[in-house]
Amino acid sequence: MADTPTPAPAAAAARPGLVARTWALVRTRRFMVLASAFVAGIIFWGGFNTALEATNREEFCISCHEMKTNVYAEYRNTIHYQNRTGVRATCPDCHVPKEWGHKMIRKIQASNEVLHKILGSIDTPEKFNAKRAELAQHEWDRMKRTDSRECRNCHHFDFMDYSEQGRRSATAHQRAFNDGKTCIDCHKGIAHTLPPVEQHIGAPKAAPADPTSPGVVNPREAEAMAARAQAASAAASMGASAVTPASAGGRAP
Amino acid sequence: MHPLMSHLAKLMLAACLVWVGADIATAANDNPAPVKLQGLRAGTPLPQDVPPAAARQERDHGPSDRDFVQQPPLIPHTVSGYQITQNFNKCMDCHAWQKTKASGATKVSVTHFKTRDGQELDNISPRRYNCTQCHVPQTDAKPLVDNTFQRARGLQ
Repeated sequence: MADTPTPAPAAAAARPGLVARTWALVRTRRFMVLASAFVAGIIFWGGFNTALEATNREEFCISCHEMKTNVYAEYRNTIHYQNRTGVRATCPDCHVPKEWGHKMIRKIQASNEVLHKILGSIDTPEKFNAKRAELAQHEWDRMKRTDSRECRNCHHFDFMDYSEQGRRSATAHQRAFNDGKTCIDCHKGIAHTLPPVEQHIGAPKAAPADPTSPGVVNPREAEAMAARAQAASAAASMGASAVTPASAGGRAP
Repeated sequence: MHPLMSHLAKLMLAACLVWVGADIATAANDNPAPVKLQGLRAGTPLPQDVPPAAARQERDHGPSDRDFVQQPPLIPHTVSGYQITQNFNKCMDCHAWQKTKASGATKVSVTHFKTRDGQELDNISPRRYNCTQCHVPQTDAKPLVDNTFQRARGLQ
């Protein structure tokens, strides 16, 4: 139907049909090159994605004995491994971002782990424990910087039912969210054994980790602080003595 | 008595004896009703662990009453997953003195600042580090045996 000649008798004799023209275009070298590049692109992209996803599985992570004998063994005793409903969070669910861009960056950073696997930096439990504070600090800082992005893939602040929570957690969650705190600020060591943290009980600890992540800014906390500062300055500029510092302190949830 | 009758009686007696004997013999051969022996392991083979009874830790509630004088206060909340290791003591996140104002938790008693030699330290004594050695949470498990324990009168 498409190749029906147009009712222009003069042009019809000179011009070939649509099918013929299309066939001629398909047979050009340029088209062949473009088409094969397109197909190669699909194959390459599919292969790349498959390979990437293959490195994003629990089995891949624990194929490395550094992971299997240390952090995986610890994780097996926690609620993210085994629980009432059988919903699990495996290694990449917490340690690899879901979004493509962030995932690529994290994967490129993680290629450093291949180097240290070859160097054998943490190939015994003793070596691992000696570096535990540093490794944990990296993860804490990363979580804090991203506002615990990977936690929030499953745990949404806005959809928490405080009436279903224990009274300790209901109170602590609401207060912490108002202060702009993020998950990792309180929930450290939920899946792995904690590194030494100084609690000033007994002899001082050698090379303890710092749970406050000095110098690392959580975006929500920065926002909450800015809002608080703004409210305080607004109160000051109003000059109204009725506004107490307490009422200017909070931020609406 | 007619000799035939006498023979018949003897035969019947013999038959009865044989029958009774056979009955006793089969009775002796019968497997006796098995005696149910129930150990604490309840038939779990020795190389296996007995699975623990499913008991849930109590949900959060206010401080519990004490039952006897000098009883370490019970933990009125779940502590599953709380680490008390050489590296870190989770309880201290809320119950350390500098944390209780924010957390609203009970302070660790000052008696815990004393070493076994009676020396007062400026923080919790290492001998009191292992909180759950004395302070324990409760579960909904039923008591295994009845008892007539009564709370100390001064604590009733």
